[in-house]
Amino acid sequence: MARSVSTRRKLFFTVAAWSVALLIFFPVLWTILTSFKTEASAVASPPELLGADWTLQNYSDVWARSDYPRFFLNSVIISIGSTVLGLLIAIPAAWSMAFVPGNKTKDLLMWMLSTKMMPAAAVLIPMYLIFQKTGLFDTRTGLVLALMLMNLPVIIWMLYTYFKEIPGEILEAARMDGASLKNEVLYILTPMAIPGIASTMLLNIILAWNEAFWTITLTTINAAPLSAFIASFSAPQGLFYAKLSAASTMAIAPILIMGWFGQKQLVRGLTFGAVK
Amino acid sequence: MATQSSRATARLMVAPSVVLLFIWMIVPLAMTIWFSFRIYRLLSPERSGWAGVRNYTWFFNSPDFWLGISNTLLLVGGVLAITIVFGVLIAMLIDQPVWGQGPLRILVISPFFVMPPVAASIWENLFMHPQNGLLAAAARGLGEQPILFLESYPMASVIFIVSWEWLPFATLILLTALQSLSSEQLEAAEMDGASALSRFRYITLPHMTRAITVVILIQTIFLLGIFGEIFTTTQGGPGSASTTLPYMIYKQALIAKDIGRAAAGGIIAVVLANIVAFFLMRSMGKHLDA
Amino acid sequence: MNMTLRALLGATAMLTLAGLASAETTITVATVNNGDMVRMQGLMDDFYAKNPDIKVEWVTLEENVLRQNVTTDIATGGGQYDVMTIGTYEVPIWGKQGWLASLNDLPADYDVDDILPAIRGGLTVDGNLLAAPFYGESSMVMYRKDLMDAAGLKMPDAPTWADIEKAAAAMTDKSKEQYGICLRGKAGWGENMAFLTAMSNSFGARWFDENWVPQFDQPEWKATLDFYLNLMTQYGPPGASNNGFNENLTLFQQGKCGMWIDATVAASFVTGKDSTVADKVGFALAPDNGLGKRGNWLWAWSLAIPTSSQKQDAAKTFINWATNKDYLALVASKEGWANVPPGTRTSLYANAEYAKVPFAKMTIDSINSADPTKPTVKPVPYVGVQFVAIPEFAGMGTSVGELFSAALAGQSTADDALAAAQALVTDEMTSAGYIK
Repeated sequence: MARSVSTRRKLFFTVAAWSVALLIFFPVLWTILTSFKTEASAVASPPELLGADWTLQNYSDVWARSDYPRFFLNSVIISIGSTVLGLLIAIPAAWSMAFVPGNKTKDLLMWMLSTKMMPAAAVLIPMYLIFQKTGLFDTRTGLVLALMLMNLPVIIWMLYTYFKEIPGEILEAARMDGASLKNEVLYILTPMAIPGIASTMLLNIILAWNEAFWTITLTTINAAPLSAFIASFSAPQGLFYAKLSAASTMAIAPILIMGWFGQKQLVRGLTFGAVK
Repeated sequence: MATQSSRATARLMVAPSVVLLFIWMIVPLAMTIWFSFRIYRLLSPERSGWAGVRNYTWFFNSPDFWLGISNTLLLVGGVLAITIVFGVLIAMLIDQPVWGQGPLRILVISPFFVMPPVAASIWENLFMHPQNGLLAAAARGLGEQPILFLESYPMASVIFIVSWEWLPFATLILLTALQSLSSEQLEAAEMDGASALSRFRYITLPHMTRAITVVILIQTIFLLGIFGEIFTTTQGGPGSASTTLPYMIYKQALIAKDIGRAAAGGIIAVVLANIVAFFLMRSMGKHLDA
Repeated sequence: MNMTLRALLGATAMLTLAGLASAETTITVATVNNGDMVRMQGLMDDFYAKNPDIKVEWVTLEENVLRQNVTTDIATGGGQYDVMTIGTYEVPIWGKQGWLASLNDLPADYDVDDILPAIRGGLTVDGNLLAAPFYGESSMVMYRKDLMDAAGLKMPDAPTWADIEKAAAAMTDKSKEQYGICLRGKAGWGENMAFLTAMSNSFGARWFDENWVPQFDQPEWKATLDFYLNLMTQYGPPGASNNGFNENLTLFQQGKCGMWIDATVAASFVTGKDSTVADKVGFALAPDNGLGKRGNWLWAWSLAIPTSSQKQDAAKTFINWATNKDYLALVASKEGWANVPPGTRTSLYANAEYAKVPFAKMTIDSINSADPTKPTVKPVPYVGVQFVAIPEFAGMGTSVGELFSAALAGQSTADDALAAAQALVTDEMTSAGYIK
């Protein structure tokens, strides 16, 4: 009896959730579809779907016109590098703030977030000069550092929130049972912290991947990531919607695929966490 | 409880973050304060010297200044309201057992994978365009005149686009918080005859309070600095209808090449952000520890 | 002893390195992502065959982003680029600051005298050619011959604004999404203000009088703006305040515009493969008002070498290749004459093959009828047809563009927009020290 109710319920939620999801996803889907149309078909009115002029031409044009693998590689290095480095620095900080809070912890957290308050355009020239003088301009190291520092407050905040969810009683119980610090960290805290760390990592890779002001401003060739690749396809003379869509799809696809696998990890991590 | 030594260890663990962030903050900030009192026009290096407070008064006297401030706050408030309300609803929806949960979640967070300039460009050209946009085609299909989104409702359009971009961030964080909600508690409440609404009101929502607070604080900081989407879609217009403070700064820095004014605008923006953060912390800071 | 040995080894190593460096020089070229520039990147095999010791790295960016990056670089002496693609607005301003290397010593086969005089004048500062034009453009009327025929009208080769209004009225049929005229409305000094400033010249308006006093409170500007707003609200597409070059190009290619007054380079797009009206397009000079000036502009995307570049010789070799007559022949042989970068050389327009391209004659006539030193009817203290070549113009032009764009969107009146423009420009010019 309970079973049939729950199946009907599941069906209802499946339909509702998928409708919402498809609505949110639709603009991305439309972009991907547009990337396979000819330029004329892409701006046809009324919009063409079944009768559209399908083609792979946009992809071969985009591929021929620019060195996609180089941009791609830079994006991968910069976003993963800055996230991993950021996590290494942020995990101890978030950990200690969550488990050994002082009366200034909240102020410290807020101060960290406040380092992001300066609008990017206002510090354009200062940043430019700093990067030029330190020789970090147009280097991957420079961008890894910049994006790491830019996202560090967010990483710390998210980790702090997740670590706070870990109930302190469990730790105390373990200590009563005579667990060593090593065992405490290894067998109790780590499994419970993994989902939070995984989801923080996923979000920050995306934030770094999508950063499109400093990554264009502080690079020319050697370190230029996919944001610069996109900037070479937007708004040229002539029709460009289909080619821009193709370039966009090429920029989105890797992170979307990573998100796919990341999400599976995430879901698994979450179910681990739920077993209390 | 915490001993002297564990406190010292804790400080040591926080130190690298604090030191790095301090350097990252103070060097550009000091330079910006310096520039904000200087005459510094990128293309006229022969004109230099002290500007006094003229770079600041230029902003205060600009006819767009107060509009820019209120638009900035409107953008932040609008996007927060949309992303929190829909974020909570969607997180609860996709937390339910459904078929195809993995792909479903990817679709829900997919807007977050799109670079902001691309997202703005997609909405402007493929959807909101009055002749070629999909929405215009839909309107014509219904026998209506297409809505001129970016001309007639520029702020609402920008808020909508930015909300679409940020909805996944809110949803993902709220979802992760929901996952740690014990289902026994909810089931027990259900057994006791609590309605769905009161279960949400007294169990689910309180459990998500900290996550909501975090979403609000982090998003506020990001949203206060947004200008790229405005540049791509409306150029702050028509006129100055969708001009925000960061966009004014952007124009001074990158179009007028007046670095002094841009720096002064940056300092004003930091002050504004601090005021906003102060009120946020006062009203909801307590939810952070709990 | 040991020391000497080390020093020797060191010196040898240095020499080897230097030898390697001279064996291959890598230059960084920053360029806009316009069609002609992208085409050049596909023809680089020819350059490498002739110059095996030079390697070119491209930084291709959208116009706005490119302008931001190269301006920041050159103003702070960053030295990241060896060749920059810049326009006629930047050249005189940067040249005055001594930021651009002179190109007077290009080899004789470059044939500098072959460059169109109007274009060359705009790129020369104090007798030094500071940038080599890659392609030049003016603006002209592009119109639908079929719609004109259907309306029983004929477009003169040199129309007046009254002719344009009459044609726009006749070709407009809003029920079929067919608009008599499409013009730029998107705010920006290089968007709507390029068009409106050029248009204002034909109405006898000017940005400043001889003493740098702004002239937006004068009847000529009022006449310009009133005419433009009337034309666009009656016969233009809805939402035009957001239409720039690209948006209008798309509309025209889809057959939704009867006329479009814009850059001459658009001609190859509206007659190209993506256009649904390719065989129905006619061309005419930009309109006038009988005052002796036409509403067309002059622009050239040009290649320049920043003085901060360490590789100026290699950069010059590249510029010579990219803007030489041989390059035009190379493009013609690979991609056909219609795709040759237009508007830079007299010899191109003397070429019988090129004369067959439908828009060739109208392009050269348009370019020749623009004079950056005497842009409008009355005398002015500045150089530039659709811009004022002073550093403050980009900021002011964009702000004024926003005011006019708001008027087009119906959010303010022409009078309010002009009054606000006058106040804003007076303010800027006073604080910049032009008005004492």
